[in-house]
Amino acid sequence: MNWDVIVENLPLYLEGAKLTLILAFASLGISFFLAIPLAFLRNSENAAFRYTVMAYTLVFRGTPLLVQLFLIYFGLAQFGLVRESVLWPWLSSPMVCVIAAFVLNTTAYSTEIFAGGLRHIPVGEIEAARAYGMSGLVQARRILIPAMLTRSLPLYGNEMIMMLHATSLASTVTLLEVTGVARNITLNYYIQFEPYVTAAAIYLVLTFALVSAFQLVQRRWAGYLESRIG
Amino acid sequence: MVADYAAAILSAGSTTLLVAVLSLLVATFLGLTAAFAKLSASSGLRAVAGIYTFVVRGIPDLVIMLLVFYSLPALLNQWIEMLGWDFRVEFSPTVAGIATLGVIFGAYMTETFKTALQNIPRGQIEAAVAYGLTRRRMFIHIILPQLVRLALPGFTNNWLVLAKGTALVSLIGLQDVMFRAKGAAEATAMPFTFYLIAAGFYLAVTLVSMSLLCLVARRFDVGTRKVLS
Repeated sequence: MNWDVIVENLPLYLEGAKLTLILAFASLGISFFLAIPLAFLRNSENAAFRYTVMAYTLVFRGTPLLVQLFLIYFGLAQFGLVRESVLWPWLSSPMVCVIAAFVLNTTAYSTEIFAGGLRHIPVGEIEAARAYGMSGLVQARRILIPAMLTRSLPLYGNEMIMMLHATSLASTVTLLEVTGVARNITLNYYIQFEPYVTAAAIYLVLTFALVSAFQLVQRRWAGYLESRIG
Repeated sequence: MVADYAAAILSAGSTTLLVAVLSLLVATFLGLTAAFAKLSASSGLRAVAGIYTFVVRGIPDLVIMLLVFYSLPALLNQWIEMLGWDFRVEFSPTVAGIATLGVIFGAYMTETFKTALQNIPRGQIEAAVAYGLTRRRMFIHIILPQLVRLALPGFTNNWLVLAKGTALVSLIGLQDVMFRAKGAAEATAMPFTFYLIAAGFYLAVTLVSMSLLCLVARRFDVGTRKVLS
């Protein structure tokens, strides 16, 4: 066993874990603000909006994230127009491509989760808001969005964990997050066992921490739904 | 030229589907076993099944795949060397891919089947016991039909995720749709075109599965609809 190699390289794993968390939370953070308006459009009375958002979520939930990532990172270079544009320094960076792919992907899932939450708000709550004379925006801000988010919490928690795990795909386009670090160590030291086991342990710890934090959040913000669910 | 490469990519569709279906079989078997273990009276079995689902669902699919394909043979070879035997273990990408996807989705299936089993009305099982059915007949005639109906939505969902998850096996060298797309992309400098074809394949699998499983759901919902109307 070569655990001394792992101990020697722990700082690299630490850097990797930092990048893993940055990727996950940057993608989730950006997608959160995109998914909320999209969830409203997904339930809009306007069929054009409804079907456009539906087509978007269907395509991004119906294809593997790996394909989406490769389309953006390797695929865009096929077009001369993109290569010559001012955005190219950005679009050729793996970091930007990874976050773009992750955001597009997790936004599709989050939109459907939030839209489902929105459909499950009791009509009475909306009628009450209207009876109080709230305008559409005030209704959304005070009633619909909070009610939608609290109802979506359990599923959204799953999506956060999925996103945390999906960051491991960033290693396929040269980023050195936890999986990338593990792969580099296997290549540099010719050992196959310890590096991946260490990576797996790090993901387990991160997942466990995220799940625990999420349970606290759920008790704090969605506690009022508990008696109704149970 | 594009057409030739496109045909090569799509002809690997059978590999992708074969890996997906075989993994689904492994996952269903593991999921059923672990679901019964989680609901069993033995605390040992419950603990084993609990650790299995916790560990597998806590680690990314890609890392589990790398663990099975690289780490597990490395460990076995170390042991073999210590024992002084003269051979080396190596997994083929196909076997490693199917085993990994089976183990991963087995954990998700466990949760699906466990919830479904818990939702079968207790009276049904009590009635079966009262009729003196053997455990096997009770499973086949009472539990299984209801299990299928109750687990179907979750099962469908797991299958859709699994079908997309097979794209990962290209990373350990299995010649599936994704692997061929990568080959075509590198050979022609037209990556967007060929990854888009791969994306189209997966989207088609998703759409076809969704409509097929919709039909199956209708078939197994027959009983409930009669009760409702």
